[in-house]
Amino acid sequence: MSDLATSRIYLDHAATTPVRPEVSAVINDVMNQHFGNASSIYMEGQNAKRLLEEYRDQTASVLNANGSEIYFTSCGTESDNWAIKGVALRNFGKKMHIITSSIEHHAVLHSFRSLEKLGYSVTYLPVDTDGLVHPDDLKKAIREDTCLVSIMMANNEIGTIQPIKELSAIAKSRGVLFHTDAVQAVGAIPVDVRDLGVDLLSLSGHKFYAPKGVGALFIRKGVQLNNLFDGGTQEYNRRAGTENLPYIAGLAKALTLADHEMKESSVRIEGIRDKLIDAVLASIPHVRLNGHRTQRLPGNANFSFEFIEGESLLLLLDHYGFSCSSGSACTSGSLDPSHVLLAIGLPHEIAHGSLRITIGRDNTEKDVLSIVPVLLKIAERLRAMSPLYEDYLNARETEYELCEKCYKDEEDK
Amino acid sequence: MLYSDKVMDHFMNPRNVGEIKDASATGTVGNAKCGDIMKVYLKIEDDRIIDAKFKTFGCGSAIATSSMATEMIIGKSIDEALELTNKAVAEALDGLPPIKMHCSLLAEQAVKAALKEYYENLGGIPDDKKKYFEVLQEDEHSV
Repeated sequence: MSDLATSRIYLDHAATTPVRPEVSAVINDVMNQHFGNASSIYMEGQNAKRLLEEYRDQTASVLNANGSEIYFTSCGTESDNWAIKGVALRNFGKKMHIITSSIEHHAVLHSFRSLEKLGYSVTYLPVDTDGLVHPDDLKKAIREDTCLVSIMMANNEIGTIQPIKELSAIAKSRGVLFHTDAVQAVGAIPVDVRDLGVDLLSLSGHKFYAPKGVGALFIRKGVQLNNLFDGGTQEYNRRAGTENLPYIAGLAKALTLADHEMKESSVRIEGIRDKLIDAVLASIPHVRLNGHRTQRLPGNANFSFEFIEGESLLLLLDHYGFSCSSGSACTSGSLDPSHVLLAIGLPHEIAHGSLRITIGRDNTEKDVLSIVPVLLKIAERLRAMSPLYEDYLNARETEYELCEKCYKDEEDK
Repeated sequence: MLYSDKVMDHFMNPRNVGEIKDASATGTVGNAKCGDIMKVYLKIEDDRIIDAKFKTFGCGSAIATSSMATEMIIGKSIDEALELTNKAVAEALDGLPPIKMHCSLLAEQAVKAALKEYYENLGGIPDDKKKYFEVLQEDEHSV
């Protein structure tokens, strides 16, 4: 295989996005002209404070929130940790049951695990084969001592969009707070906190063309939660630490741009995605689409390639100039493939062969579709050296011994 | 870069991929569930490995270690091939990331599994060679 790529095609926008030039321009301006600490009483400080509140209002208006309900954080992970631990710890010793789904981002899942260690009881709701949480399951899971439900708005791996409005209404009717990790949704699909009926919502700047290192948490007026950071009086006494004004400016700018362009952009990106899905499924055998066919993020396509391992696929795609990601164990840094793919019922060997392609605003249809013949070539190449494919062609079933470690994992489940 | 140039070279241009139709012995190790399977084919004449081929389902380092391991044993006597270790395979590839070391054990195990089958076809593993096959009991993921 020669013809090494000379140009790169970035198709991993769910991992991160490039900073838009309009956004970096605003960041530079603020950084160069407004270095003041928003907590200081002199002019430089008060100018910074005024701008901070402007950016807060801008952010709030896109989400249909009030400015006083938006709290800036350092990232989506911080927002998730704060929302979940803040509400749970507020109810320590009183209501110690919390509910989430089995396909959350690790920022949510690991927050729940850590609360479990503190004595909280956790219900992990299952999802169906499309990755959807069923409202009936939530209804059944809520108990007298439930204080929080946290269910993501859109999944980072398979792109499935949850019926948040319906789920939050169930929590509300039982007097339970509802948090949604909307990190993948904000900037990609309309997010209106009033319409969704959520109490808390996390977002992250670098998923919508702002830089890494800035996020926000929406906290509906009246919702009580503990602080995560102790310190100064910033963010109305709720999130200590000097505000990162330049990046907050960038977040507000990027969010406003995304909001203005959303309708046009999502229709275009969704059109490309559908063509990509159709082309891959039509031209490459033994491939399946993961996630809901229509109720999914506009830019997300997630496939499983049978008889192939995901990391090999990514390395070869990289060689040909495409940047994508996978849920295989070898790319997750653990022994198990992605918990999301296992939760939607994929067998391990199919989950190891997954490929996530996430399309962004800079991708053209031609660029995205140019991956299809390359994928076909790579699939043929890897299958030619796969003993699983050989077994399949010979209609043979070879007994592969489970290793000790995987046996243990099996028993644990 | 995650991998050394040598690993990438063996991944991009793997040596000895394929099957040997009249193999003297084959060895298959790993499991699809864990994400890696290696199958090694050996052609042995006069106690010497005259050809080796492999098929691997797995990540970049699994493919590269399969390629390197087969290259290292072709032309070797069985006694020499028995001395193959996962460490030697990894070193020949200028090292592997720590989390990928288990892939090199899989390569050693695949070769050993084939040699075990070869001995068993001849009537059994000689007592003085048994120690070389202890590696087949090891859990690749503990490496």
